[in-house]
Amino acid sequence: MPSLKDLKTRIESVKSTRKITKAMQMVAAAKLRRAQESAEEARPYAERFNAVMADLAASVGGSDTAPKLLRGTGSDQVHLLVVMTAERGLCGGFNSNIAKLARNHAHRLQAQGKTVKILTVGKKGRDAIKRDVGDLFVGHVDLSEVKRLSYADAQGIAKQVLTSFDAGDFDVATIFYSKFVNVVTQVPTAQQIIPAQFDRGEEETAATALYDYEPSEEAILAELLPKGVATAIFSALLENGASEQGARMSAMDNATRNAGEMIDKLTIEYNRSRQAVITNELIEIISGAEAL
Amino acid sequence: MAEELMLEIATPDRLVFSDKVEMVTIPGGDGEFGVLIGHAPLLSTVNIGEMNFNKDGKKTYYAVGKGYVEVTFRKVTMLLSAAERADQVNKEKARKSKEESEQELARITREDEAYGKVKDVLDWAEARMKAAEKA
Repeated sequence: MPSLKDLKTRIESVKSTRKITKAMQMVAAAKLRRAQESAEEARPYAERFNAVMADLAASVGGSDTAPKLLRGTGSDQVHLLVVMTAERGLCGGFNSNIAKLARNHAHRLQAQGKTVKILTVGKKGRDAIKRDVGDLFVGHVDLSEVKRLSYADAQGIAKQVLTSFDAGDFDVATIFYSKFVNVVTQVPTAQQIIPAQFDRGEEETAATALYDYEPSEEAILAELLPKGVATAIFSALLENGASEQGARMSAMDNATRNAGEMIDKLTIEYNRSRQAVITNELIEIISGAEAL
Repeated sequence: MAEELMLEIATPDRLVFSDKVEMVTIPGGDGEFGVLIGHAPLLSTVNIGEMNFNKDGKKTYYAVGKGYVEVTFRKVTMLLSAAERADQVNKEKARKSKEESEQELARITREDEAYGKVKDVLDWAEARMKAAEKA
């Protein structure tokens, strides 16, 4: 049975923990609003970019002259996994969900006899999969200094990916990130970016084969495709940013609630022990008086 | 009233413009061109410069960065690295950026790796200033 003093210290400690989690929740809520806005504002560009690329792919994708970024290298022996996670923890299952998805993917590919290389973005994901598949790491991108994600950050990552693709280091690239649905739901997602893949809607495909190109088809494709990689990475980063804050907010909300429950329980226990001490003292006094 | 052309201008961080217009003039990679409804499908690069469109008889100017434009019969989709409406350009900032990039350009040679980048910054600053004058 803990003493009164112990209980009191315990309650104080839980109270200060609750203060911290409450503050983190509010910070996350404020950041979430901003992150969600930028993720939503960026969606139109990514969507339209994908639509243009899908049209292009439909018109030239089949031919042998199509660029490698569109058509692939003709093999799928070496896979690059770009695992994008947060720089910070304390956000519930956010980081571990992405890490788990990537790890399973890596194991599956290895079981099929493929070679796997991993590029990590964000410290937490790197730490999470280091023990398991750390020997497959080929690089790491540190975004801990970045306050507000910009397109340039995505371009940096894209450049790294594209340079190694041009060098023939891998055949297929997949990015892992968390798609932001709403504050309580974030879906860990794997998306193949090289060779580019599109989910085609039921939009008309017939008219698309008739494009005029200015200056030339090759010139446009040569520029457009690398940009598509950067755009995919950029929107993944933004989705990730919003997901991270959303996950942190609900995790901290839970933690605050749990701390509250804990305080209630401890307070009851404290009052009980206090009452017991008083009763004991009374009994001692009364029996003392009776003995006289 | 004749059918109108749908124009959408998007940059990586937001959708800048999305509405029906009558005519669009775009600084394409092979020179400026105009688009009316019913234009043949076209995919072109966009150069740094200024574009404009007519809506309700009024011309609106935008300074645009590098990018692409996809033209279909009824729709023009512009995917740009940057776009700023002429009357929203910060002239002071554009002038400063122009001066800085000019000095930078004077320092490095054409063979330098950064040359293209700095030149783009300069062109972008000039495009903004030019567009601002027409606002």
